[in-house]
This record gives sequence, C-alpha cells and structure tokens, in this order.
Amino acid sequence: MKREKKTMIAIITGIIFLVLLCIPRAPVLAAEPYKIGCIFSVTGPASFLGDPEKKSAIMLADQINKRGGINGHPIKLVIYDTEGDPTKAVLNINKLIFHDKVLAVIGPSRTPTTLAVIPIAQRAQTPLISCAAGIKITQPVKKWVFKTPQTDAMAVEKIYSYMQKNNIKKVAIITVANAFGESGKEQLVKQAPKFGIEIVAQESFGPKDTDMTPQLTKIRSTAAEAVVCWGTNPGPAVVAKNMKQLDMKIPLFQSHGVASPKFIELAGDAANGIILPTGKILVAKDIPDSDPQKPVLLKYIKDYESRYQTNVSGFGGYAYDGLNLLAIALKKAGPDKAKIRDELEKIKGYKGVSGVFNFSPSDHNGLTMDAFVLVKIVNGKWQIIK
Amino acid sequence: MIPKRRLYELLFLIALVVLAGILIKEPYYQNVLIFIGIHSILTVGLNLLMGYAGQISLGHAAFFGIGAYGSGILTATHGWPPLAALLVAALLTALIAFVIGIPSLKLTGYYLAMATLGFGIIVYIMFREMGQFTGGASGLVGIPPLKIAGWTLDSGSEYFYLVWGLLCLVILLSLNIVDSQVGRAFKAIHDSEIAALSLGIDTSRLKLKVFVLSAVYASIAGSIYAHYISFISPSSFGFMFSIKLVTMVVIGGMASIWGALFGAATITILPEILHVFSEYDVIVFGLILIVVMIFMPQGLTCGILDAWNKSKRITTREGIRVGPKVNLNP
Amino acid sequence: MDLVTQILQFLFSGITNGAIYGLIALGFTIIYNATEVINFAQGELVMLGGMVMIALSNGTSLPLPVGFILSVLVVSGIGALFERFTIRPLKNPTQIGIIIITIGVSILLKGVAMFIWGKETLSSRPFSSSPPIHIGSSTLDPQSLWILGITFGILLLLHFFYQKTITGKAMRACAFNKRAAGLAGIPTQKMVLLSFVLSSALGAAAGVAITPITMCSYDMGTILGLKGFCAVVLGGLGSTVGSVVGGFILGIVEALGAGLISSSLRDAIAFVLLLGMLFVRPQGIFGIKEVKKI
Repeated sequence: MKREKKTMIAIITGIIFLVLLCIPRAPVLAAEPYKIGCIFSVTGPASFLGDPEKKSAIMLADQINKRGGINGHPIKLVIYDTEGDPTKAVLNINKLIFHDKVLAVIGPSRTPTTLAVIPIAQRAQTPLISCAAGIKITQPVKKWVFKTPQTDAMAVEKIYSYMQKNNIKKVAIITVANAFGESGKEQLVKQAPKFGIEIVAQESFGPKDTDMTPQLTKIRSTAAEAVVCWGTNPGPAVVAKNMKQLDMKIPLFQSHGVASPKFIELAGDAANGIILPTGKILVAKDIPDSDPQKPVLLKYIKDYESRYQTNVSGFGGYAYDGLNLLAIALKKAGPDKAKIRDELEKIKGYKGVSGVFNFSPSDHNGLTMDAFVLVKIVNGKWQIIK
Repeated sequence: MIPKRRLYELLFLIALVVLAGILIKEPYYQNVLIFIGIHSILTVGLNLLMGYAGQISLGHAAFFGIGAYGSGILTATHGWPPLAALLVAALLTALIAFVIGIPSLKLTGYYLAMATLGFGIIVYIMFREMGQFTGGASGLVGIPPLKIAGWTLDSGSEYFYLVWGLLCLVILLSLNIVDSQVGRAFKAIHDSEIAALSLGIDTSRLKLKVFVLSAVYASIAGSIYAHYISFISPSSFGFMFSIKLVTMVVIGGMASIWGALFGAATITILPEILHVFSEYDVIVFGLILIVVMIFMPQGLTCGILDAWNKSKRITTREGIRVGPKVNLNP
Repeated sequence: MDLVTQILQFLFSGITNGAIYGLIALGFTIIYNATEVINFAQGELVMLGGMVMIALSNGTSLPLPVGFILSVLVVSGIGALFERFTIRPLKNPTQIGIIIITIGVSILLKGVAMFIWGKETLSSRPFSSSPPIHIGSSTLDPQSLWILGITFGILLLLHFFYQKTITGKAMRACAFNKRAAGLAGIPTQKMVLLSFVLSSALGAAAGVAITPITMCSYDMGTILGLKGFCAVVLGGLGSTVGSVVGGFILGIVEALGAGLISSSLRDAIAFVLLLGMLFVRPQGIFGIKEVKKI
C-alpha cells in the first residue's frame, strides 16, 4: 500500500513536471526576427570556451537589438549546449537548421564537434561560423564553413620564429591528450624543420592529470633548450608548477590555450617567465594606439566586464566576432542563406577581437599571423615581447 | 517459438515505425528518432546481458566504438564497401568480446562491473592514442554514407527506416532467444546460478554467448552511427557513454525488451526536454535517476505498469530483481 | 642525468599520487565494509572537500586547521544526507541499482558544484610554504609529505577505531553478518549512516589535502574516483591496509610507466593492471573474502 502511494506520487510529480516543461515561453519580439543559431560547449570539459562565448553572443545580440536590429529586424539567438560531445552537436545543429529554421549557425566551440557538424551545414546549405581553432576546419576550404579563431599553425609559427631569433635549437614538447593538444603537436612537429628546430622529446599528459613530473624528468634528461607545452587549463599550470619544483631553468612556452588570467592564478609564482602567443585581448591596454583593433578590444572588454562582473576571457571573442561578421553579412544580404554566405566571403578589413579579418573564396579564416602577439608573464602580468 | 502476443507486439512496433516514417518528415525529429533507434539496438543487447543473463557491463561503449571505428577506418581510409566493413567490424567485435568475455564472465557483481569498466577505458585510450589509424583525439573524418547493393543512403528518412528496420530484426531475434530453451536457461542463471549449474546448464557458455551477441549488436549500431554522422571521435565512446547505456537499460526496466526501447527513448529525449534548464539540466538528470531508482527499482516501464494496475486493484507479477542482492537492511 | 636519479624522481611522483589514490580508496572501503555498497560518488565527495575548503579560505584569513575541520564537517553532513535520502529508502537493493543510484548522486553533486563554484579550475594554498625538498637532484613537493602523513594518520586512526572502540567493532560485526549483528543489538541502520559519514569525512580530508597539488574543478571527481576504485581492487575489496597499498602500487606503476614507457599510455597502464589483477587474483592482494568464482 505504502509503496503504491509513493509510486503514484512519483508519477504524478513527473507528469506535472513534464506539463510545466511543455508550457511555451511567450514570444517577446514583434517584427519578424532574424534567427541565428549558436552551439557552444557551455558545460563539459570545454566549458571554459563555451561559457564566455555564450555570454559574448548574448551581450552582442542585445546591443544590436538596442540599436534597432539589422535593417529593422531584431536578431534572436537560439543557443544550445553541445557539452563538447559530437553526437549532441549533431543533434543540436539539426534542431537549429530544421526545427528552429535559423539563418546561420555560430559554433561549435571545439574542433571535433565542428568537424562533426560540417557535413550537415554543407548539406543543408547553411552558413557555419566555427569558434574552434583546428586548421582542418577551413583547410581545405568548405563552401559554407567559416571560422573566427586564429589557427594553431599561426601560434606555432609565432613561437618558432621567436626561438629562431633567440637561437633555441633543441625543443621538448609536452601536449595534452585531446584534440587541441594533438593539433598543436602536429603543427609543432611539422613546422620545426622550417625554423631549424629539432624536437628532442615528445611527451603527453591527460586532460585531468595532476602530476607531470615523470614526463618532465624525462625531458630534463635530454638536451632540450626549451619546453613547449600545448594544452588548456589546468594541465599547463601543473606543468609550470612541476618544472619549478624540478628546478628546471630552461624557458617554458605555452600555447594560446591558456591565454587567460586564470592561468596565472592557477600557476602562481610558477607562471613568471613563461612565454606564449595570444590574441591581443589580454594586452589590449598595452598595444600601440595605432593598432586598428585597439578600440574594438577596449569596447568589448568594457562591455563584457561591466555586464558580467567577471574578468574577460580570451575566448569569448570568437563568438563576438562571429556574430558581428554575420551581422555585417545579414545587413547586406537579408534573410537569404546563400546570399549571407556570399556576403561573408566578401568581408574585408573587419576589425574584430581576434584580429583583422579578410575573407576570400580561398580563405575562410581571414586572419594572418599579426592576429597574435607574443607575451611574457612578468610578476603575474602580461608583457608584450616586441 | 515466439508466443502470439509477442508477435502482435512486434507487428504493432512495425506499424508504428511505418506510420512514423510517413508522418515525420522534419529532419530534426527524424534525427532524434534515428539516435533513439541506434541507442535501442545497443540497449536491447545490453538488456539481454543484464536483465536475462544477470551480468553487468560498464564497458559497452567500447564495442559500440569498435564497430564505429572498424567501419570508419575500413571505409574512409581503405575504401572498403560499407557493408563489408560493417560485417568485418562485427566479426572483430565478436572476437574481442569472446576473448575478453572468457576471463571476465568468471567474475560476478562488482568484480565484473570493474573488469568491464577497465576494459572500456582501455579501449577508449586505444582509440585516442592509435592516431595513425583512428585519427586520434581529433577524430576520423570523411566516413562515407552507407551503401547497400548500389543504393546509397544519404537522407534522414532512409537512415530512419534502416535503423528501425534493423531494430525490429534485433528485437525479433532477441525475443526468440528469450522465449527459447536458451532463454529459460538464462532465467535460471539469473535466479540462481548454482541451481542452474546443478541442473546441467552450462552457464558460462551461455553467458559468453549472450555477451558476444550483445557486443555484436553494439558493433552494428556503432557502424551505422559512424556512417550516419560521418565523423567519429573517441569522446563519443568513453566511460560516460557506457554509464548512459546502463542507465537506459535500468530506467527502462531490466529483463524487458520493450523496456530497453523505452529506456533508450527516455534518456535520449530527456536532455532535449531538460534543455529549458539550460546548464543545470545535469542536476535535474541526476535527480531523476535517483528518484526513479528509489521508487521504481524495476524501471519506469514496470513502475508505471505497477502503479496503473494497482490503481485498478489488479495484482501484478513480482518485479524482477537483478543481480546479487545487497545486504543493506537487516 | 642518470637513470637512478630519474627513477628516484618517478618514485617520488608515484608515492605522492599513490597516497592520493590510497586516501580515496579508503573511503570506498569504509562504506563497502559496512554496507557492501560501492559508492561511485566517492570522487565527488573528494571534490566537495576541496571546493568547500577553497570557498572557506577564499579571501579570509581562516587558519588552516579550522578550515580543514569545517570542510570535513560540511562534507560529512552531505554524506549523512546522501545516505538518509538515497540509500536508506531502498527496499530491495541490488548491486546494479546501487551503482546507478550512486552514479546519479555523483552527477547531481557535480551539477550542484558547477552551479555554486562555476566551471573554472580553482587553486588553493599549500599547507606550508616551504620550498621543494631536494634529495640528490630529485625533488619532492612538501605538500606530498602532508598527504603521506594524512594517509598514514587516517590509516592508524581507522585501525584503532576498528580494533579498539566498541562502535568500530560493531561496524565490523555489521560487515561480517548484518543480520546476526542486528540480532545482537547493534543498531545496523545507524552503522550504515556512520559509515557514510566517516567515508565522506575521509573524502573531504583527502580533498583538502590534495587540492594544493591537483587544483580543483567541479569535474575532477570522476577520474579520481575511478583511480581510487582501481586501487581498491588491487589491494582487495574490503581491506583497509590493502586500499592504501593498492593506491601506492597504482601510483608507482603509473609514474614508472609514464616515465619509462610512454606518458600517453599512463591511464591505460592503471586499467591494464586492474584487469590483470581481476583475472588472476580477483580478491586482490590483501583480499580475504572468497570471491564467487564459477
């Protein structure tokens, strides 16, 4: 008897719950809005990317709508969470394109999720502006796919040219065992000969590993003159700490994957002396006034920090640029997917957070190496290396 | 022989599938249905293992992954015809399941859970580290669509019919097993392995058979998944997916083929519904899991049926208790 | 640098990690011994310990011991709620059912932690700010010594508790035969509750001790739980000493494997070890209970 009652209560609660879920949220906007889809990894292992991207996109959409929208049409974002999972990403993009009938999609945040959704965007002929770094996304060029972040290749080039200048010839690399680290490793290995650099050790670590002393001990026993670590928090912070613990004096280079104040917080004292490439956002106040990106960066940082009361991250800009680029194309093209794509491809000289974009039929990333600056951490602060 | 009632149930499912195929044309819903179908093929197999043979597997994502990677590598890298790749992948999976099953299935309860869990994680790491074959953590791109006898499947509705048609076959086969002598032997193993042994039932061979069969189901589901989304990466085949599969089986109700279907559908759709909670959907998901397991330990299907029947004052059969009991309350 | 120094460094790394795994494994063992439940949320309890400590010490000058005790108390409370609302209501608990419920709890705790503390990784201060200890040209993080000390301290306390106190003996009786224990007048339900509280307290202590090294994020619990679980199996399900020994073996083999074979296969090594042990000697190194083998 008692059990029956409990079961009934559970079922009734469940049903009420489901009914509540089905109550549609009232539509707010009047004049036919332009719908734009977003898929970010808001939760899951890459939430450090997806979270600021989501916040940046919402902020920009509000600003555009406050200005009166695009050609009088407000924009409406439909945002889904991929949790960094390719299957979820595929479900989400199908929902966006066929159910929500969006004009274009911004995201996903990670390379594997992007590679998973590309065939769908291509087949459905919907413009996709990815927020992932992997070079495979835009090389070879896919008709409907664009991306806003700088590629790993540029970051590696930036580091290696610095090494060449400073006569560093033997390098050990330690990379995280996920798509980001793997792509970095590929580029590091591929570009080394071009800069006369020899890779003397290749190590890797798991995304959640908390102790890299074995790998670093191995590196210590080689003739490496510098260590390059490719990963996202918290692994690289552990590498920095462990190197300090092991008393290793050779310079440590990190990737743009840790280009956020969080890294300095995590690595503490061990962060000092580390050199890494980053978008200009971290050093926006210090770049020369002549830099065309400076006003954009300062505005974005001010808006973001005053709205969300947190430090700006280096990653939200990917979605910010994506939506801005899309707004430019939408303004010229109107609600027509094919025209939006054509207009995107024609964009030249757009000054964004991640760099100055010049799209062309053969370049759907549109950035050059100038999008990166090399910084050194000195006393817990970023300092541009000239 | 399958009892008539079961045949009617199956016919009903086939009718529903055809109806859904005709009515549902929107790619998004088709997409959800395809994933439900793929997950159901997996859970029907896992249900045979867990519900009928009473063996838990926390590493079934590995078999799903071997199927997906087998098909993916053979077609995308070596240009094999998809159907041949699917069969070879299924054979390979059967072999691996056989080899790993012999020592594993000697274990019971938590020990078996740990062994399968460990196996699953090792396979996952292999997918990630054997970059020259699998594409590593970045994944394997460019898997061609499925092609059967010169006919290329490239639309959602074609995949829908394929997946659900296959699911009907899998269910038919499974029902056959459940209702055969083998099935009765399973139930005996399930209730008391020692009693079954003493009756002359070769329990370890039977368990191994069903383990291999469920692995083959998983492999086929994996192959279709790979061809359908044309891109695979290790993160789809990790520990969490194994857990999700077990959850589907348990939520749906163990020792019930239809429960497996229901569980797969519920867990696949749930995140879509929970979307309104945005980032906090995991909290709700966890809560639902706990509440269902406390109040309906036999799964949603049995739980709801029970409540329904009891409200009409009909007594039902005692729910099936699976696996060794835990001596918690005196 | 010669191989001996290298291996010494690997051993240091292995011992540190081993102590961490051992601590987590102890938490599994306490609950298993009293209830035959394997708590898949053990890793999350460790995470909560670290998180609460960071939250308490963030921006305040709370003395370390106070923060430590408060974190342990808070997480113990959570452990008590966990037992009261998810384990006790079960009528006919089965192993599969309990696995799913504790997984549900782990998902829930992870979600709540994400809600409260966000998705970023947080760091916490080490217990003492002394520089790394040099032995030859190998170095050891001082926090490792704290972790080792806490692990052994807890092991001793547990030994004393189980052997000398009446409650501890009652708990052992429960583990041995719950029905008989109940008939002998031992409040078995309270013992189950106590085991959850104890294990949560231990998890929290582990969390507080390891976060200066591992840092803390809402999703750190899963992998820690899995590794702790491996350690339990290696040492033998149900053996307190075994859990700690299992932890050390796992840590050392991992570090040696990562250093001498390949760092990318580090996690695989742990699980290959687990499978090997299960297939050859499922009761583990210190296992006493006969595993049903057919």
